[in-house]
Formats: sequence, structure tokens, C-alpha cells
Amino acid sequence: MKLKKLATCFRCLGFFALLCLITGLATAPAAFAAEPAQKNIILATTTSTQDSGLLDALIPIFEKETGYFVKTIAVGSGQAMAMGEKGEADVLLVHSPAAEKKFMEAQNGINRRLVMHNDFVIVGPPADPAGIKGSKTSPEAFMKIANTGNLFLSRGDNSGTHSKEKGIWKAAGLNPEEQPSKWYQQTGQGMGQTLNVAAEKLGYTLTDRGTWLALQKNLGLPILMEGDPLLLNIYHVIDVNPAKWPKVNAPGARAFSDFMVSPATQSIIKTFGVDKYGSPLFFPDADKKVEDLGK
Amino acid sequence: MELILEGILKAIALLVSLDPEVLGITALSLKISGTATLISLFLGVSTGTVVALTRFPGRKLVVSLINTGMGLPPVVVGLFVTIFLWRNGPLGFLQILYTPTAIILAQAIIATPIISGISLAAMQNLPANLRLQILALGATRIQMFWLLIREARLPLLAAVMAGFGGIISEVGASIMVGGNIKGYSRVLTTATVMETGRGNFDVAIALSAILLLLAFLINFLLTRIQQRERPR
Repeated sequence: MKLKKLATCFRCLGFFALLCLITGLATAPAAFAAEPAQKNIILATTTSTQDSGLLDALIPIFEKETGYFVKTIAVGSGQAMAMGEKGEADVLLVHSPAAEKKFMEAQNGINRRLVMHNDFVIVGPPADPAGIKGSKTSPEAFMKIANTGNLFLSRGDNSGTHSKEKGIWKAAGLNPEEQPSKWYQQTGQGMGQTLNVAAEKLGYTLTDRGTWLALQKNLGLPILMEGDPLLLNIYHVIDVNPAKWPKVNAPGARAFSDFMVSPATQSIIKTFGVDKYGSPLFFPDADKKVEDLGK
Repeated sequence: MELILEGILKAIALLVSLDPEVLGITALSLKISGTATLISLFLGVSTGTVVALTRFPGRKLVVSLINTGMGLPPVVVGLFVTIFLWRNGPLGFLQILYTPTAIILAQAIIATPIISGISLAAMQNLPANLRLQILALGATRIQMFWLLIREARLPLLAAVMAGFGGIISEVGASIMVGGNIKGYSRVLTTATVMETGRGNFDVAIALSAILLLLAFLINFLLTRIQQRERPR
């Protein structure tokens, strides 16, 4: 009797140990194999390039061509630049021009190059209770939302879209965070999540066109304002300065930024999304100047 | 409702068609959380046993710390592990940030106190005279520990289930230290967050269903082992 119990208990322990061993062994090669340091590139980017699926289309091509392995960390542009500032990323693909200029002035980055643009649009409930349709400029549309106290969802995460939004509020002469009533809410999340919240709460929000196009089928939030030159959304690629951070993979970063502005990549960007959404999500700009965009 | 149904159908379709990406993500989740549970099992059971069986100054404090650790928020663990693993951080030379290894590390940190806490309680619940009896029969200290662990195996399996369940479902630390990199460090929970962000709710629901199924199967297996003999 005692012997049998002992045998059972050994069996169950043995079985569990085996289970652990299998999972452990199976992981070992994948998890513990040290890759050569130079092979990895950390790309810090915005959520829009990942959520729209563009990077899923481009990165496998780059990895195949060059043999580098790209670790894409999709965060807001603000956090992406914060990672660059600490030397924790090798290359950035961001869309927050004002913050990028500060980043460059502080010698955090080198080799900032224009990659592509699309535009921001203001979306909101189909009934448009604030009546922003027909506004001539985006600050005017924002003022109407503020004056009627309609719900506005802000990213609130220091992303490129958030800093664009703050710029528009500034142009409208209003600081929404100081408003007493609750019409201005911050999600603190990515563009996709914020659009979902806006759709659920029937609020207005500022979004890049790419993410909106990718999500629109489930949203029910039409574009109510577009075409204002202020609403241009411009993406740059920046190498993190290796002189400041010696651990940065400078050749890898350079290879990636060269890849982003190469003619072959630019032509992929040009047609990306046409088959799925009927119109391109981004417009390639590598051979242009920022001043000429949107003309 | 329609959406949930669609999601579940999608989950079945993804599983039946053996979608390589989804299978890869599922296998990786299992590997990462399984390895982390294994590490936590060794650390947690030994810590729990030692603390349960020995008396030393500050023991009550240690027990309180372990019990607090059972509720360690994954995002806090994620944040600190990230800071430590940064290239220019104290453990940067390891170069493991944004790898599956980093997720294993973070998850082991989350699960160890859970397993320690439950082991501690299990060991303290054993009859006090059992120790004396084992020692009286001439066992060495190591043999005694081993026998006591065997005696407490039922609650210890519960500890394993609690630890594994806590980390397979965890997203905050995994996304911070793993980076949700496609085909490399993307696990079921981080993929679910991303697909929700992309508005692909059907895929998100499908991934959730697979996660639930996986958690159920593992727990079912462990419960079978645990309940094989009638508790005394």
C-alpha cells in the first residue's frame, strides 16, 4: 500500500519534471542563443506605421536583403525619441517634426531624412453635433468642438499625433487641459485604441489617415474635416547619434534608413494599401523637400 | 454577440488551418511561460520551504514581503526589468532586452513570489511532528526537505497552476520587455492587444479563445495529476 503510494507520487513528480524539461529544452535554443550584437537593429517607431501594416510589408524585405534583424518597438513618437535620447534605439521612424527638430538640435540624432507623408483628419460621429463640417481650418473646427462642449478624445501620450493636436489647440488659442468640463478626455493609448474609444463614446478625434483607413470598417466615424495644410503628417527617419551612444548599431541604422528612402521601398510605399483600401495610405517623399509637400 | 461568434469561428479556422503565425505565437507563449514557471518552481519552492521550516530574526518581515510579492503588478516588474536591461543600464551587457529571454526573466520574477507564498503556506500546514518523525528515522536534512516537499505535493501543484496562470495571461511586462516583435517575441497576450489596436476584433477574439483553451488544457493536465490520488 505504502509502496504503491510512493510509486504514484514518484510518477507524478517524474511526469511534471518531464513536462518542465520539454518546455525548457524546447525554449533553450530560441531563447538563449546569443545573436551577434551587430545583427540586431532596434527600430523605435510610431503606432501608425505598425497598426497600418506598412512595417509588416517592408521589414521582411529589408531583413532578407541585408541579413539584419529588426526589432520593431511600436510606441508613440514621443517615447520613440525618448528611447533615442537614451541610446536605447538605433533608428527612429517618427512623425513629430517640432519634437524632431529639438531632438536633432540636442545632437541626439544624425542623418534625418524625409520618408513619406499622409495627412491627419478630424473624425467624429456621423451626425456631427458640433457642426465642424465645412470649417475652413482645423483650429476653427477644434474651436467649434470646444464651444459646443462635444466630447473630444485626445491620445494624451506625447505621440506625433498628440503633439500635432496640441499644436492645433495652440493655434486655436485654447488649452483644452485647463477646461473645467469633461468634454476633453485623454486615452493615453495608441491611435487604434483611441479611435475605438471615440467610436464607442461618439466623440471627435484627430487621427492619421493611414490608421483611420485601416480601421474604418468597424468604426462608423466619418472624416469631417480634411485638407488643411496644417494637417500634414510627415514621417522622417533618423539615425541615433553613435558619437553620443557608442553602443548604437550605426551601420545597421544607416542600412535601415537608406532602405527607407531607396527607390524600391518608396515605390512599395506608393502602392501600399491600394489593393485593400482603394487608396494609398502613405505618399513617398524621399526626393522632395518638406516645404513642397501638400502643394 | 455576432462579433464573438465570428471570433470563435475565426479561432477554429486558424487552428484547423494550422496558421503558422498563430501556431508560432501559441508555441512561444507556452515555451516562455513554461520555462518561467519551471524557474519559479525551483526558486519558489526552495524559498517557501526554507522560510517555512527555519526560524530566524526578521522572518515575519520576509513572510510579509513574499505575500506582498504575490500581488506584484506585472507592469511594475516590466518597467524595472526594462530599465535594468537597457543597453546603458546595469545589466545592459547581457543584451537581452526585447528577446524572449527577457520575457522569461520578467515572468519568473512575477511567478516566484506566487509559488513561494503558496509553498510556504503548504509547508506550514504539514503536521509539525512529521519533521521530528522523519528526522528520528535517521533522515538527513536534505532528505527531510525532500520528503516534506513530497508530502505537500498537492498544494505545490496548486502553486504551479497559480504561477503559470498568472504569467501566461500577463501582458504588461511581456509587451515592455519583449517588444511584441513579429515572429520573435510576440505572445498571445501582446498579439491580442495589438490586434485590438488594429481594429481586427475577430482575430483578437480568436487569440483570446486560443489563450483560454491553452490555460484550460494545462490546468486540466495538472489537475489530473493532482487529483490522481484521493486527498487524505
